[in-house]
Amino acid sequence: MSQGTLYDKVWDRHKVTQLPTGQDQLFVGLHLIHEVTSPQAFGMLRERDLEVAYPELTHATVDHIVPTADQSRPYKEDAAEEMMAELEENVRDAGIEFSDPTTGDQGIVHVIGPEQGITQPGKTIVCGDSHTSTHGAFGALAFGIGTSQIRDVLATGTIAMEKQKVRKIQVDGELGDGVEAKDIILEIIRRLGTEGGVGYVYEYAGEAIESLGMEGRMSICNMSIEGGARAGYVNPDETTYEWLEQTDYFQENPEKFEELKPYWESIRSDADAEYDDVVHIDANELEPVVTWGTTPGQGIGISDPIPEPESLPAEKQDTARRAQEHMRVEPGDTMEGYNIDVAFLGSCTNARLPDLRRAARIVEGREVADDVRAMVVPGSQRVQKAAEEEGLKDTFEEAGFEWRNAGCSMCLGMNEDQLEGDEACASSSNRNFVGRQGSKDGRTVLMNPRMVAAAAITGEVSDVRDLKEVNLA
Amino acid sequence: MPASDAEVREIRTDGGDEVEIPEVNYVSGSGVPIRGNDIDTDQIIPARFMKVVTFDGLGEFAFFDLRFDDDDNQKDHPFNEDRYQDSSVMVVNSNFGCGSSREHAPQALMRWGIDAIIGESFAEIFAGNCLALGIPTVTADSETIEALQDWVDANPNGEIDIDVEAEEVTYGGKTIDVTVDDAQRKALVDGVWDTTALMKSNAGAVREKARELPYVDDAAIPEAE
Repeated sequence: MSQGTLYDKVWDRHKVTQLPTGQDQLFVGLHLIHEVTSPQAFGMLRERDLEVAYPELTHATVDHIVPTADQSRPYKEDAAEEMMAELEENVRDAGIEFSDPTTGDQGIVHVIGPEQGITQPGKTIVCGDSHTSTHGAFGALAFGIGTSQIRDVLATGTIAMEKQKVRKIQVDGELGDGVEAKDIILEIIRRLGTEGGVGYVYEYAGEAIESLGMEGRMSICNMSIEGGARAGYVNPDETTYEWLEQTDYFQENPEKFEELKPYWESIRSDADAEYDDVVHIDANELEPVVTWGTTPGQGIGISDPIPEPESLPAEKQDTARRAQEHMRVEPGDTMEGYNIDVAFLGSCTNARLPDLRRAARIVEGREVADDVRAMVVPGSQRVQKAAEEEGLKDTFEEAGFEWRNAGCSMCLGMNEDQLEGDEACASSSNRNFVGRQGSKDGRTVLMNPRMVAAAAITGEVSDVRDLKEVNLA
Repeated sequence: MPASDAEVREIRTDGGDEVEIPEVNYVSGSGVPIRGNDIDTDQIIPARFMKVVTFDGLGEFAFFDLRFDDDDNQKDHPFNEDRYQDSSVMVVNSNFGCGSSREHAPQALMRWGIDAIIGESFAEIFAGNCLALGIPTVTADSETIEALQDWVDANPNGEIDIDVEAEEVTYGGKTIDVTVDDAQRKALVDGVWDTTALMKSNAGAVREKARELPYVDDAAIPEAE
């Protein structure tokens, strides 16, 4: 078993007791909730006549069903309005802070926690959402939970869990121009598989990780779950502390910053920490990665051929054949030139300000290809406002993109933003599952935000590095 | 076939901490094979059916897009076949339930009538969600699973008996060894898979732990009841 890792230390600091099942009861430092997975949990509390135990450590937002075009109330879709109203009532009754759209702080739950400074190193963070692993970028132990577990956390401030193994993923070297954090995580999932991380927590380390800003680290931790790992983290460092110091929480409580810093330093993995497994990745070898199939593990470098199913391990062949049929791709071809109908820049993986800035530099002075529907959905109202102030909205709109309000949007097609029929989408999101973007015949190609921008312009999957006079700095 | 809500395994509550949690030692029933690796939660329950504030009635939407075409005509899928309508033990392949944390997925399967799942492997959040509903997720190697799926095909009404504690599955006159994760087995067999009351009984120790953590403000910690 691992020893001396951040995971071991944060676990120990939060362990209340061992339960009769052998699981540990862990204290939860931050419980994030949203409208899709929490209403049933509040219902269960009411059935059992229980109250929310730690409302001040709980924070709500609305993201999955919120419309990104017309947000006037009541929402046009009755079901969306009902879910929103239910959340409003639940948080009001329990005294839980709610970053609703009138506050200017609303957004995707994994974007707003870090923005507000409530995501911090050494916290245990849970949310009824599998991409909660995102918060691990700050050195928090963060994972997604189901609704019955949300009930547990609401009622007790704790969760029952078994301790897992720790795999260190050491990413050495330097990313080339046009290659991003997203490409690192797609490569990790391609190599280790979509279930390679089951039973593990991933620690991302090495020069290529340390040189990333917080947003890049979030993109990587975000997709840990796509590789089967329920949580992933990066040890906190100066980059982390610089981000935290700018946030509301530490601007309002500057003394807390100095007070907590020794704790943050203390939970970093020791130099001689022991891991259950170590994997090495060389960042120098990476090129932009795109998916050819219907799981996030079915990825290739943009210049690599789509694999023959027979060349894959036996247990992957059937899935690969079905995926190639669904996507209508041929083994031996590259993904370059694959026609797209929609370009989606958004999601908790890649809709933060630097993501939008980089993509804007690609589309500046260019036009979205005919017949391509292109949209930008900022990750939060704050990202949206900052992007509008620095002119990104104008850049995107002039190029022919739609500029929307914050939410999960077409990442999972729970609001009106959906693929239609068999449309193909170049997407900066995290899942290319069949039906994920709202149409069961829809086809999703995952890629980094600049690659999405390039695809929007050319109308096909393209290597952003090959566009003429492109600014990849 | 979707179970009526009355048939769904509900834990009875009496207000406060009085919760009766059934022990899940054995599960018996006929099987239904669901073949394929990496069957994700979007396939188990498409997101558009999650625009609800309760889990009631989700059973009919299990595997919806795999079962129906655009005009709501039935497609080939075991959940559509008459011979599997009374089945309660699902037999799946590897990484079943990967993807989102939506408990709507196991809730839909449970409300369709599934009481236990046997498979090569399960995504972690999905398995945890099943446990929270008292649904065992039992594992065995791929040859064992394929043999069981083939047997279910040939014997749609054949009984499969899962002995959770002994980690054994009996079908067609033979008994095979399976694996049930330690904590899951103990939780099911001892009837402590619904952890709310159990953990709430440690509220004092929880407050103590909260006080020890440097980032938790004292004001956020509730008074003793």
